[in-house]
Parts: sequence; C-alpha cells; structure tokens
Amino acid sequence: MHIARNWRVKKQRYSLHGEICHHCGAKVFPPRDICPECAKPAYDPLQLSGQGEVYSHTTVYDAPAGFQHQAPYALALVRLEEGPMLTAQLTDVDPKEVHIGMPVEMVTRKLSVEGDEGLIQYGYKFRPRMMARAA
Amino acid sequence: MKNMLLQPSRPVGITGYGVYIPRYRLPAQEVSDAWTGGSAGLPILEKAVPGLDEDTTTISIEAARNALLRAGIAPTDLRAIWIGSESHPYAVKPTSTIVAEALGAAPMVQAGDWEFACKAGTEAIIAAVGLVGSEMADYALGIGADTAQGRPGDALEYTAGAGGAAIIIGPAHGALARFEGSLSYVTDTPDFWRRPRAEYPSHGMRFTGDPAYFHHIVTAGQMLLEAMDRRPDEYRYVVLHQPNVKFPTRAAKQLGFKPEQWETGLLVGRIGNTYSAASLVGLTAVLDVAEPGDRILVVSFGSGAGSDAISLEVTEHIHDRRLLAPATEDYIARRTAIDYATYLRYRGKLRMK
Repeated sequence: MHIARNWRVKKQRYSLHGEICHHCGAKVFPPRDICPECAKPAYDPLQLSGQGEVYSHTTVYDAPAGFQHQAPYALALVRLEEGPMLTAQLTDVDPKEVHIGMPVEMVTRKLSVEGDEGLIQYGYKFRPRMMARAA
Repeated sequence: MKNMLLQPSRPVGITGYGVYIPRYRLPAQEVSDAWTGGSAGLPILEKAVPGLDEDTTTISIEAARNALLRAGIAPTDLRAIWIGSESHPYAVKPTSTIVAEALGAAPMVQAGDWEFACKAGTEAIIAAVGLVGSEMADYALGIGADTAQGRPGDALEYTAGAGGAAIIIGPAHGALARFEGSLSYVTDTPDFWRRPRAEYPSHGMRFTGDPAYFHHIVTAGQMLLEAMDRRPDEYRYVVLHQPNVKFPTRAAKQLGFKPEQWETGLLVGRIGNTYSAASLVGLTAVLDVAEPGDRILVVSFGSGAGSDAISLEVTEHIHDRRLLAPATEDYIARRTAIDYATYLRYRGKLRMK
C-alpha cells in the first residue's frame, strides 16, 4: 500500500491539476518544483482542460500486477491541447479503433483496486471525445 | 388534513443538471438465453452495464462535471455534495469526498453519502432544496448514482443497470427549472433489502408491486397534486421511478397521465433500472427537450419504502444552458452491446479463488 504517495498526488490524478510557469508561461504536467522549460523554481496552479489527442499508442496484453484483469487495453501518449504530453490508459474504446491524432478527453476512472480489503485508486484516463468542441 | 407540501422560504430551482450512462449494454435476451433457454419474457430491451473501471464514484464525477458545465458556477461555489446510492464503493469511506476532490469543490463543503434503496438521490436533492431555501447556502449538489447488483438468474438481473444524474440546486432566479414544491410518503414496507455482507439483494417477489411501488408512488403523486391544487393535464411531463417498463406505465395511468406525458422520461427499456438515478436520469432527458413554462412531475420510489414527489416548472434559461454538456440521448446512443459472458467478466461475477 502506498497511502501517503497516492494521497499526495490526488489533485493531479483526479482532475489533471497542472501548473503554469510565471517566468516563461510554460504549462506543466505533472506539477514539479522546477519549470522544465526555463529551470526556474516558480509556478502557479493551472486546471488543464482535459482535451487532447493521441500522439502514439500501443495495446497492452501482458499487463503489470494490479492491471491484469483489464488486459487487453490501450495505452497512449496523449498530447494535451495546452502542450504537455502524458501517458495514460484509454477507456471506452476498442484498442483496434485507436489511431494517431484521435481526439480524446479526460475522464476520471478506477485505476486499480488493492484486493478485497484495500483502497480503490482513481485517476485520469482518456476516451474518444464525445462532444464537438464549441468555438 | 394538514398541507404536507415542502416549500422553501427562499424560492429555489435547478441551476444545472448532468447525466452519465456507461457505454455497455446487456440485452435482456442474453439473460433469458443463459438461464431459461430463452423462454422468459423480457421486462426491458437492454440495460447499461459499467465498464471494468467504473463505479458509483466515477459515474457521479462525470454527471457532476456535466451539471457544473450547465450551471456555469465554480466548483467552489458548491456548499454541499450529497450522493445517494445503494452501491457506494466503500462500506466505510465516503464517495462524496472523492467526488468533491475530483470536482475541485473540496475542502470547504458539506459532503456525505446517502442510502434509501432507489430513493436516496431525490432525498439528497430535497435536502439541497432545504439548504439553499433556508439561505444557508447558494448552491448544493445532489446526486443519484448506482451500479446495481442483480443475482445471476434472478428477475433483477434483467434490469439492474448503471447510471447517474447530478442536480445543482440554486436560487430560483437564474435557475433553468423552478422548484414548486415536494411531498414525501414513507412507511416501513419490506419489499427489497440487502444485509451488510450479502453480495446480492433479496426481494419479496410480488410484494414489490401493489403494497410497495404502486402504493407509495401513486399516493405521493396524488397527495402532491391535491396539495398544489393541480390536475395531471397541467403537467407536460411526468417521470416515475422505473424498475421496468410495466410498473411506471401502470402507475402513471393510475395517476391520470397519458403516454405523451411519460414517454420522454421513460428510459428503462433502453438503459435498465439505474436505481437511485432512475427517476433523475428520466428528468434529465425531459430537461433536454422541455420548453419554458412546461411543468414536470417527478416521483421517485425507494424500497423499504417511500416516494418523493417533486413539482418543477421550466424557465427561459433552459435554452442557453442545456447544450453546454452532452444530452442524455447522446449517452444512450453511445452503445456497445456485450454478451452474457462479457457481462459476467465486467461485473466481477467470476470467482478465481
């Protein structure tokens, strides 16, 4: 169990809570101490929109512990519209239908469950975008 | 008799609403084929089934995000998040704190989980009406959400579905539907229950009909109409708790309504019984198409047993705001049929040890 570790990152995991650097304007995810663009130690909280597209993807058949019951599932590099790229599971999609450039949106889902008595971990995944975006 | 109508001292209404229905559908024919050689009559066409990564928490989060989009308020404006369900993922540990955190509404907010079989959602919403109507708060969120359990082969396995609806209550000015009043009717009637360590609920078979569902729904509905001095034809829409197609159709007829009043909000044939969400998901489908001035009667039912009857009047704000989030029919159209074996896997009904 990693109660403290998961508890610390809940905001970023549940809702893509990121940062914006007030020196260079870079939008950052996940949050960190130093801006990856300008290396200065300054940032403000930023709620990311959750909209993005698939940059690259794969299908996981031989899943790590805690995820075996979900296999096969799609795993993707998702480029958020604000710029940051992250790795996430895709959900509500047949892995065969995933393609590079596919518009996706963030949803909060169950990531893993620690047996019958442990905690349930929730966090972001991405699914094919449901609504056309308003201009 | 004393007028038992509930009405807040400050006028309130629905500021935002949102829905979520999972993508997977289990045709009732699959259950009939697996357990009766296809001979059983089907109470619905098909039901919504949650994916492997979905539960009452994730359903509540998406429904609530949609409600916030339509309300156009900040998550920190919510002063209460109350979630009614009979399938909270933890026996002890609130669903509502996870949802509050995911929405960005924590930490200065009331949060709690409610349980009253299928009535917990409307109970939470009436509490929200009280909180806002007393001016203790400007906005409060009530949610009904469930991933209902059905014992394999049981009558409930055909219909026990999954879904959620989130309703933000706020001041009447700016609301997209005005709350006119509610009336609740509750008795100790043991038609359906589940003990703490039981995996599946038990029910009183035919006892779930007349003494339970029909008595509570029809009485609450009639008493509300009398207390408000209204006739059924003054309502454009009626939405009743919907465990199958037959029950709400018969109860609506008994109350004096016609098919054109109940058809829009009667979704159970296509998504199953979403338990704490059932009448509220029907309400969201009505709000998606209603016009200013339309009146809506909602009557929930929860086993054990009781009904909340709620009267609403749609306002001119409905047009601007309903397009800000996916419609209920959008979620129903997002459909992937699964077979019985896949259903058993998704619902964790296969024991490996």
